[in-house]
Amino acid sequence: MTVLEQANGSGDGALLEVRHVKKYFPIRKGVLQREVAHVHAVDDVSFAVREGETLGLVGESGCGKSTLGRTLVRLLEPTAGEIIFQGKPIQDLGMRRLRPLRREMQMVFQDPYASLNPRKRVGTIVSDPMKIHDLGDRAEQKRRVGEILETVGLSPEHYNRFPHEFSGGQRQRIGIARALALRPKLIIADEPVSALDVSIQSQMLNLLDDLQNEFHLTFVFIAHDLGVVRHVSDRIAVMYLGKIVELSPAEELYRRPIMPYTEALLSAVPIPDPDLAAKRERIVLEGDVPSPISPPSGCRFHPRCRYATDVCRQIEPPLVDYGNGHLAACHHPLNVDQATLQEVSVAEQHTPAAADESALPRDTSGSSNPSGVSGSDTHSR
Amino acid sequence: MAERLLEVKDLKVRFATEDGIVQAVSGISFELERGKVLGIVGESGSGKSVTAMTLMGLTRGVNARFEGEVLYKGTDLLKISDEGMQDYRGNELGMIFQDPMTSLNPVYKIGDQIVEAIQSHERVDKRTARARTIELLRQVGIPNPDTRVDDFPHQFSGGMRQRAMIAMALSCNPAVLIADEPTTALDVTIQAQIVELVSRLKDDFNSAVIFITHDLGVIADIADEIIVMYAGRVVERGSTRDVFYDPQMPYTWGLLGSIPRLDRPRPDRLHTIEGSPPSLINLPEGCKFRPRCPHAFEKCKQEPALENRVGTPGHLDRCWLDVDFKRDHRDETISGDAAAAA
Repeated sequence: MTVLEQANGSGDGALLEVRHVKKYFPIRKGVLQREVAHVHAVDDVSFAVREGETLGLVGESGCGKSTLGRTLVRLLEPTAGEIIFQGKPIQDLGMRRLRPLRREMQMVFQDPYASLNPRKRVGTIVSDPMKIHDLGDRAEQKRRVGEILETVGLSPEHYNRFPHEFSGGQRQRIGIARALALRPKLIIADEPVSALDVSIQSQMLNLLDDLQNEFHLTFVFIAHDLGVVRHVSDRIAVMYLGKIVELSPAEELYRRPIMPYTEALLSAVPIPDPDLAAKRERIVLEGDVPSPISPPSGCRFHPRCRYATDVCRQIEPPLVDYGNGHLAACHHPLNVDQATLQEVSVAEQHTPAAADESALPRDTSGSSNPSGVSGSDTHSR
Repeated sequence: MAERLLEVKDLKVRFATEDGIVQAVSGISFELERGKVLGIVGESGSGKSVTAMTLMGLTRGVNARFEGEVLYKGTDLLKISDEGMQDYRGNELGMIFQDPMTSLNPVYKIGDQIVEAIQSHERVDKRTARARTIELLRQVGIPNPDTRVDDFPHQFSGGMRQRAMIAMALSCNPAVLIADEPTTALDVTIQAQIVELVSRLKDDFNSAVIFITHDLGVIADIADEIIVMYAGRVVERGSTRDVFYDPQMPYTWGLLGSIPRLDRPRPDRLHTIEGSPPSLINLPEGCKFRPRCPHAFEKCKQEPALENRVGTPGHLDRCWLDVDFKRDHRDETISGDAAAAA
């Protein structure tokens, strides 16, 4: 995986780059509709997505992952920050100049029941993007719709059917077909499988995998289930209350979570094995995500964190590079050994030092570690 | 032996529709004892929700036909009148529905909805009912229950709404709690909380639980027994250990293989169950899973009975395949990697 060697953040070969993006929603009250407060949905987020990679974006409901996804394609206007797509900043583009770019970036939405117009036929749903962008004549459009329906595992005969005639999984395929209609480079998939049965979910994940290989797609894959995300992602960003708290190559994140929040998310994923499930330590996060209107001081995770100390309440931890492209924002990093920790504290940020193998949890098999089962015995301050 | 609360014998549910007769449930039997958790697993349309709703008497109607028996402490619930069911629903059998967004009335306060549930079953004044509601909300883990009791459903998050639903289901101390996909609409973190809550409340209230889900992983550490349903039938039934460590039905393998697992190396491809579940109006001949089963052979044109084919007592399945053959071949489905090579 060449993407792992490259430095995080900025870099060549980035299809999409996000710099200090913020999205605040105003809360208005009173007759004059004065702004009394803001919902800090996305609060200073920076990352880059390389061409051909899948970036997983994980977090609980209300952490701002969907808002971020929509801001990336400018379905929402960012409050501040830069969004750079194919080397060009797009955050200030007007509609006319944005439209050609929309051909290159498309979205797949979460709810296949709500995101398809029930009064339109499948053919119309999939061909409308081509009409809007004036691609080919009607016969050409119809031929391409047939082709796309076949690639997503439907049949061209479905052209004249209505969405209600399809099951949930098939509807999601229609949603994917619509996103593919313009042959985009980037697809933002917002929880594309969370409304589906596990058996259908696996079909969908394999399909997305195939499409990525066939069309050289770049994905931003938004989900709350780390099990699903691991299967599709090259790198994973964990979000909490509008911030990225950990960003890491996929397998590394599962072997060696640094942020306690990631550890808790991992331990919440059900393991279909009664013995392992009984043995492993479950970190049940108490309560819900706090309100993004007035986020907690210091580290935003501290009210729910079992390692929290005074420093967490006062100072917000910066996103620190622990080597291997593994970034995390935490005062009490897990699974990091003393040597790395010292280097990190000397160099503050972007230490190129490779992570010390001894920092890994007791994982001698070389294969993936059953997360949560071995525990976080290397936790050090 | 613990007290047997529920005994379902060969329950069949059919609905007459314009398109024909839907055979929603075709012969399901199980027993449930106090303190036990029964998991019912299957895809959408396998009849698991219809089974649950039939136990509660919620599928009755002019177009519904029932066969078999649903014995609750010896009384056949199917023979009880609609009015008579009121004494059982809520009091004896409580239900948690799938979607907490749509199962709460948005124009009434959470507390009032639970108070109403209590008052419709017991002769208590409003103040007592309200005090009990607050206590219930506290037990299911709602913070500041004495103020949140006056919130409307939209002021609660998804996880809290599901907790409120659980509080309502528990309000009259039912002996059997039926949870129909209680975690499907929720985040994994909240899902873990709810699963833990259900299993803790089961002990606190000394009740039994029927936990319905499409994801075997969710019930791995709380179920005592598991029923796998397909096309309205039980296709495999056994203790949780039997179903996870010695699954006999290729459909169960498929369900296990579909789950992206954190405890194993990432496979190149996930296993999928090809095709979709059959129409319940027009069921295939023989084994209902045959059209989607990679191991189907000649004999599968006859439907196998639900029998004990392995050594372990109480482990039943509907599959003609040789037990040794299955033990040799199931791992390629369950662990996914070999399935990709095939």
